[in-house]
Amino acid sequence: MASHGILDRVAIVGMGCTPFREHWDKSLDDLLIDAHGLALDSAGIGKDDVDAYWYGTSQSSASGISLATPLRLDNRPVTRVENYCVTGSEALRQACYAVASGAYDVAVAIGGEKVKDSGYQGLNAFPIPTDGTNRTLTAAAMFSLMLPAYAERYGVDEERLRYVVAKIAEKNHFNGARNDLAQFRREMSAEAICDMAAVAGRLSVFDCAGVADGAAAAVVVAADRATDYTDAPLYVKALSLVAGDGSGLVDPAFDFTTLPECAAAATDAYTQAGITDPRTELAMAEVHDCFTPTELVLMEDLGFSGRGEGWSDVLEGRFAIDGDMPVNTDGGLKSFGHPVGASGLRMHYEAWLQLRGEAPAERSVATLDTRSRALVHNLGGYPGEMVSFVGIWGTEKG
Amino acid sequence: MNTTRGILAYGAHVPYWRLDRSEIASVMGGTADGGHRAVASFDEDTTTMGVAAARRALATTSGPAPDALWFSTVAPAYLDKTNATVVHAALRLDTSIPALDFGGAQRSAVGALRAGLTGPGRTLVVASDIRIGLPTGPEDGGGGDAAAAILTGSSDDGPLLAEYLGGATATGEFTDRWRTPGSAHSRTWEDRFGEQAYVPLVRRAWADALAATGLTAADVTVAVVTGLHDRATKKAAAGLGVAVTDDRSATVGNAGAAHPALLLADVLDGAEAGAVVALVVLADGCEVLLFRTTDALPAGRPAPSVAAQLEDRADVAYARYLSWRGLLEVQPPNRPEPNRPSSSAALRRTDWKHGFVGATDRMTGITHLPPSRVGIAGGQVDDMDQAPMADAIGTIATFTVDHLVYSQSPPVVFAVVDFDGGGRMPIELTDVDTAMVAIGDRVEMTFRRMFTADGLHNYFWKARPTGG
Repeated sequence: MASHGILDRVAIVGMGCTPFREHWDKSLDDLLIDAHGLALDSAGIGKDDVDAYWYGTSQSSASGISLATPLRLDNRPVTRVENYCVTGSEALRQACYAVASGAYDVAVAIGGEKVKDSGYQGLNAFPIPTDGTNRTLTAAAMFSLMLPAYAERYGVDEERLRYVVAKIAEKNHFNGARNDLAQFRREMSAEAICDMAAVAGRLSVFDCAGVADGAAAAVVVAADRATDYTDAPLYVKALSLVAGDGSGLVDPAFDFTTLPECAAAATDAYTQAGITDPRTELAMAEVHDCFTPTELVLMEDLGFSGRGEGWSDVLEGRFAIDGDMPVNTDGGLKSFGHPVGASGLRMHYEAWLQLRGEAPAERSVATLDTRSRALVHNLGGYPGEMVSFVGIWGTEKG
Repeated sequence: MNTTRGILAYGAHVPYWRLDRSEIASVMGGTADGGHRAVASFDEDTTTMGVAAARRALATTSGPAPDALWFSTVAPAYLDKTNATVVHAALRLDTSIPALDFGGAQRSAVGALRAGLTGPGRTLVVASDIRIGLPTGPEDGGGGDAAAAILTGSSDDGPLLAEYLGGATATGEFTDRWRTPGSAHSRTWEDRFGEQAYVPLVRRAWADALAATGLTAADVTVAVVTGLHDRATKKAAAGLGVAVTDDRSATVGNAGAAHPALLLADVLDGAEAGAVVALVVLADGCEVLLFRTTDALPAGRPAPSVAAQLEDRADVAYARYLSWRGLLEVQPPNRPEPNRPSSSAALRRTDWKHGFVGATDRMTGITHLPPSRVGIAGGQVDDMDQAPMADAIGTIATFTVDHLVYSQSPPVVFAVVDFDGGGRMPIELTDVDTAMVAIGDRVEMTFRRMFTADGLHNYFWKARPTGG
């Protein structure tokens, strides 16, 4: 198997992100129009300058038509992309490859999701006809399986581990409280989260990502033309995607303390980018904190912590905004909610702000003095059966 | 040729849940009754309970599969569509074996048993019932939910556990109990009428049965006397002049169409070899069937016994019981209700869905649940053997409790189960106390109704603690 990557061949030159909210007064079309306009303004271009679109939405609409129509695009190729909760990042990945191939000069990746029109709480998968034997468990319950498994494997007291993952939520809410775009802008203490009623395993509602509507977009061009658009482009260092084979749900050797698809995507991405010690080489990371145990395990799968050490690194504050490896500096899914098609691009938007030094002072990272690269991670699916994206971006063209 | 016919195997299913009858008075007021009734779980129906009883019966036999499957209930999961075919699929019987419903009336169940005993071949006769009464009514507390299965055949088919000696029928047309289609509960005429209508019919059938078999009442070791008319049943039992078995009214309640076979199973669980057992059933007349147990009985008894199942139980609160039976509508989680299962997809995967048959990779030996054409290791395509897992025992590797997901009876307890001999499956648990589940617990598989959508029942398997 070969994975060559497109190191330094493509760059993001503009990005936009709507506030993530319960947008009762905005339709999906409104959100897409807003994100598109912000991204194009950021790149200093008009829609006639865009050659092709990759449009990510999980289940808010279908086909490229549902983007071309609200934007009134003029005979442009628009590809609708869906890959579970990785959808937004996947749209960006496809747009990058299209530019790298030389097929197009300017491509836009845009993702959006209108979740709050369903009338139900939480995210709800589009029903596909089946034989009726598939699991009906919520994602919260599936991810809650990781907590007792991790506690047992590493000999961490379950009560203590429960506090550890609440500290992750506390950190992300701390960051989100300093972000105008976030849905939840209130700090939450780990103690208060621990006191809440459990809804899935040991997890409370505040161990789960919120539910919000939103959209985000990125403009990508060939790296050698990037400075025509901006003084501070973000260059592709790595783009990796792994779709798991579901073996974790079949194989008794899988113990629910790791997300192997994420570890594999990270390994591939680090190879593409030439990174050997991510914790000291990356300035920050946006990771898929759909549930608090997810972020804990990701610290190990992405190589930020040794195996069995993620929990103590969390307690030491190493992933806090002022830690040596800041994670989810924008507040994460915890603060933003999770409009599936938009989330991956929203995470890239934070990397865009941080690496360019545009994040507001109260939540800008201090690691940029010596580091110029950021990691963005998405996952979709469940422990044992998931798809994972890892992208690495940098301000310096090698 | 003078082969004897009789009972080759039997099995019973008493659901795990019990309603303490005093609970009814504590909720509704009135006088508290003693004892408790057996309650089918929210995910059981007469079909799944029939599967449970039939599996226990067939587990005791090593002979060939039955020649026919007859399923009888007055609380069918479906009309028009045969329910016995679901049982047939769960038991993985061959397509050539007919599966038929005997429905409509209490009498059909004992009639099917009689037909099995007197007809040709090996017939698995399954009776199942869920008794629903209006709250505070006699069947609310006095009814019971259960199933029982009896494999009939001849001594040529294998050792008979009990020989069928003969019997008699008395048929009477009188309207003592009735239920119009679509109604969940039956109605009755005033009590004394039924007694005077039934008792002469029982006398007649009893006398005819003794005459047909050349027995006297003194030859009968024990009689099982059952019917939904309690007063007539007691009066009839007292008039037989023989010892009458415990009718389990205090511990199960009257399980209607299933009750004759259930009580027969209960008696066979404890009877000595050579005992003469009379089954007397009051249902629109009277059926009398006479058996003599054999030396083969002790070795042919199923596990667990009826008595053991009465011990393996947990109480369900009255209000929750009412919600399980649809008599009390409760607020579901604010999540979409499940979609109906696809009939075409279900047919393609019937071995999996109904039979819980996975696949084992010939090259790697890895068992795949659900079955898979390509293994998780090895890389071969279509190099798998069928892996029947319905009888496998497993261990809980990890578990969670989901308060958010749609369920008819939240919360849902879900476990990752690793099976002895290979195979892993994340699967819903049932018949569990949420607070008592632990990693390392042992579980067995049970066929259940996952949910109903668009009137389509979605059957599949769950895991439950071993021992029930």
